[in-house]
Amino acid sequence: MSTARGREKVAFVVLGLATLLAVLPILLTILYIVKNGASGLSWEFIFQEPRNGMKEGGIFPAIIGTVLLIIGTIIFSLPLGILSAIYLVEYARDNVFTRLIKLSVVNLSGIPSIIYGLFGFTLFVVLLRFGTSLLAGSMTLAIMSLPVIITATKEALEAVPASFREISLSLGATKWQTTRYCVLPYAIPGILTGTVLSLSRAAGETAPILFTVAAFYLPRLPRSVFDQAMALPYHLYVISTQVPNMPMRISFATALVLIILVFLMNLVSIVLRAHYRKKKQW
Amino acid sequence: MLQKKISEYIIETLIKLSGLIVIGFVFLIFIFLLKDSLSLFGVYNIGAFLFGTHWEPVSEPPKFGVIPLLIGSVYVTLAAILICVPIGVGTAMFIAEVAPPSIKHVLKALIEILASIPSVVLGFIGIIWLGPFLRNTFNLPTGMCGLTGSLLLAFMALPTIISISEDALVGVPKTYKEAAYGLGATRWQALWRIILPSASSGIIAAIMLGIGRVIGETMVVLMVTGNSPVIPASILQPLRTLTATVAGEMGETVSGSNHYFALFAVGLVLFIITFLVNFSADSFLRRARK
Repeated sequence: MSTARGREKVAFVVLGLATLLAVLPILLTILYIVKNGASGLSWEFIFQEPRNGMKEGGIFPAIIGTVLLIIGTIIFSLPLGILSAIYLVEYARDNVFTRLIKLSVVNLSGIPSIIYGLFGFTLFVVLLRFGTSLLAGSMTLAIMSLPVIITATKEALEAVPASFREISLSLGATKWQTTRYCVLPYAIPGILTGTVLSLSRAAGETAPILFTVAAFYLPRLPRSVFDQAMALPYHLYVISTQVPNMPMRISFATALVLIILVFLMNLVSIVLRAHYRKKKQW
Repeated sequence: MLQKKISEYIIETLIKLSGLIVIGFVFLIFIFLLKDSLSLFGVYNIGAFLFGTHWEPVSEPPKFGVIPLLIGSVYVTLAAILICVPIGVGTAMFIAEVAPPSIKHVLKALIEILASIPSVVLGFIGIIWLGPFLRNTFNLPTGMCGLTGSLLLAFMALPTIISISEDALVGVPKTYKEAAYGLGATRWQALWRIILPSASSGIIAAIMLGIGRVIGETMVVLMVTGNSPVIPASILQPLRTLTATVAGEMGETVSGSNHYFALFAVGLVLFIITFLVNFSADSFLRRARK
């Protein structure tokens, strides 16, 4: 008996060490970037345009580019994602079409981001002649975000009790009225959480925008949706691999701004989830 | 009443159409990759592509052998998985069965934070700190090698492996555990001999999804593995993966050239691999839910 207890202790210590190995590098990475990036962070850095081959000045166009890309991604992915999920949960029968959609969602979520880049390039940049542009980049990121939004919406819709639907239908409401007024409102929190999460991922992605939107060095703001733009993750890639003698202060500060942006979006998602969970009444 | 019926019909069509568009995207992605790959195979032998051991796209004549890139991807992925599976499954076991609730929440939040760190930031860390650190530690000619990429990729696959394994462990019926305790098993014996085997389908799915994530990751390997498209002798040498080749060379090619088409063929190989990996992960997940 005592050996079993002793073995348990050793095993739990080993599991604890594994956890430490997983968690400690996260904290160290973040501390490292904050420590080295904080000194380069200033209002000028955030609101100025890059100068002298990106070795001086700020990153304003890259921040704006990323924000515009996020907005574009929402516009294209949210309606499509929510409608598809509504189909899967509320309308679909168990047939080939439904199974194909489910398989497609699984497949889309596993496709490497660089393949989305290739696809976006052939379809939007070349075939539809959008050129390297905000429009092409947003659409590419939107397709990449679809599976997360669909899965989150699907789970949120499924969590709404069946009795809500039955009561509405028994009162003579149509299928769509039921979905629109008795199901969707209660699924909104879950949908929002998933959407913000998928957007935070899209904001940090580099590979899909490599050939669809990103401008190497464009020290001004984009003028239209057909214009190229700088973007934060691509900017960090460029200054850390393509520019010799890059001042480290600027690289670290850029990484810090990117992390802060992504964390803020995650925080919004977490707060939303906590807020609505408290209000949930069934 | 008629108006209601019409609007109902319109909205229903729209909803079905959305589903159709989602299928359409997967189909289109495959078709586009296939079409441009076939353009290559019209002028370049498909066997020489699949089994060629030299990737020299700009030499004369160019060689588009995918084997060095495939081996690069396999090396980096294997090493990353060897590193992150024990750590990830161990962490999942700790979170699911050992940690008190308060610590559990902190750990889960930290894992979520890790999942949200953009890959380009980890690539940056690799260039600036991990690469030089490994070079000095192992006395390497360069820190930009397979191992640097593997370590960072292992780190990136952790959230996937931890969260899905933990779901699988927590999903094992409580009665199993209670029965084990009733027979006098310690918590560790119950966890190791009862809960872990019962959750094996879910854990295998977690590992498969982790593999899918690692094979498909682009920016980290592009930035830190040294960009050398030759068959590496060991993980300590510079190499190049399928993903990094597409990302790194696409900007330099002329649209419609053989090199351009060859990159789509590489993309097709990548697409098929990740499709198979994710498809089997999904079937394991479904088995786990039953």
